[in-house]
Amino acid sequence: MENTVRILIAKPGLDGHDRGAKYIARALRDAGYEVIYSGIRQTPEAIVEMAIQEDVQFVGLSLLSGAHMALFPRVVDLLREHDAGDIVVFGGGIIPGPDVYELQEAGVRAVFPPGTPIKKVIDFIEATRQELPAL
Amino acid sequence: MTGGEDGALGEIVDGVRRRRPRAIGRAISIVEAGGPRRDTLMDLIDGTPPPVVGLTGPPGAGKSTLIAALVSAAREAGKRVAVLAVDPSSPFSGGALLGDRLRMTRHSGDTEVFIRSMATRGHGGGLSAAALEATAILGAAGFDTVFVESVGVGQSEVGIMSIADLVLVVLNPGTGDEIQTLKAGVMEIGDVYIINKADLAGADDLERALRHAQLVIPGTEHRAEICRTVAADGTGVPELYAATGDLLARLDEDGALDRRRRVRVTAAWEQLAGDLLRQWLRERGGVPPAGRVRFGELRDRLWALMDEVLGDTGTGGET
Repeated sequence: MENTVRILIAKPGLDGHDRGAKYIARALRDAGYEVIYSGIRQTPEAIVEMAIQEDVQFVGLSLLSGAHMALFPRVVDLLREHDAGDIVVFGGGIIPGPDVYELQEAGVRAVFPPGTPIKKVIDFIEATRQELPAL
Repeated sequence: MTGGEDGALGEIVDGVRRRRPRAIGRAISIVEAGGPRRDTLMDLIDGTPPPVVGLTGPPGAGKSTLIAALVSAAREAGKRVAVLAVDPSSPFSGGALLGDRLRMTRHSGDTEVFIRSMATRGHGGGLSAAALEATAILGAAGFDTVFVESVGVGQSEVGIMSIADLVLVVLNPGTGDEIQTLKAGVMEIGDVYIINKADLAGADDLERALRHAQLVIPGTEHRAEICRTVAADGTGVPELYAATGDLLARLDEDGALDRRRRVRVTAAWEQLAGDLLRQWLRERGGVPPAGRVRFGELRDRLWALMDEVLGDTGTGGET
């Protein structure tokens, strides 16, 4: 039986600009995924709790404030601490190029800067879901 | 089914009993996916749902916000609470945007609260087909109460009845005249009718219309309750929470809860029987037109078989 892909789109930190997060949530819905939207201003702890309760395979983090170097790796670490390191974390927002490599080193699987065609995100999800354990 | 798979399921069930969120989340995904693993998991879970309070009503009526407020009231009373929040799957893409829990973020960090969003995945009536199993899983995980939020409904989606011990219908002022309260469907299933956003103009008119409609609790002769709330600021919510507790106790005393649960379990059996027969026939390519079917004989033999197989499952002989 093929897994239904469930994705949490989450907004960590204090930045309240969620146009991008809502756009991606809607686009992923249209691509046939079940998308849970966290709402704005969530702590990494709250995001990890949601990801586990919702049993998602992916967490997409959106942040425009510049705090991504602190918050994105924190989500990855907390997932690992909660026996949920198999959940794939990706990110988007205003992320300067040099930071992308460092985020990937920290376990963020992909980073999508502004202007990324939605197809690229879907291709990433489709390629990555193949690695996931069957339900 | 391989022993290893059973082992993995056993581990998940063990985690559910030990109230591990990761295991509870996984278990609900397995019942959502359906198939033989769901059946094995549910056999291992072997639990009964705790009291289930269902909320239904039109989109935007305030169901999620009201549940968040009811969860606060339940937590103050020391209860462990779970929420199942159902939103629709797209009939076009199959995808879904599950946006109920973002109204409930005040409970994040509270380990005695578990919130799960579910998509309908093509199931009708405003619910997910797996919601009933999910309530049993949450019962096994020790939650005292489960709140189930249906999708935003129109006039006729009454699926919430098939899962809830108590049905709360959430309405708003200014959404129609008295005739709307007299229509069939959703206006027949409530144990409690809630006028939410009662600070808006028209609340008195709606309350008058609801009282005139003389709505009755399904399966009883009691009058349905009518409550006023402003979920966003909590007005009326402690009273509503107390009313739901009283009503659950009253329906239990009355035998109505037992009757409702009996109907629910019976429906699940009927579903299982239909599914099994359909699958059996399909796997054999259906019945050939020249097949010897003697319905009278078939009926007698199947009946005897059912007595033999199902007789000791607690159904009893009498009705």
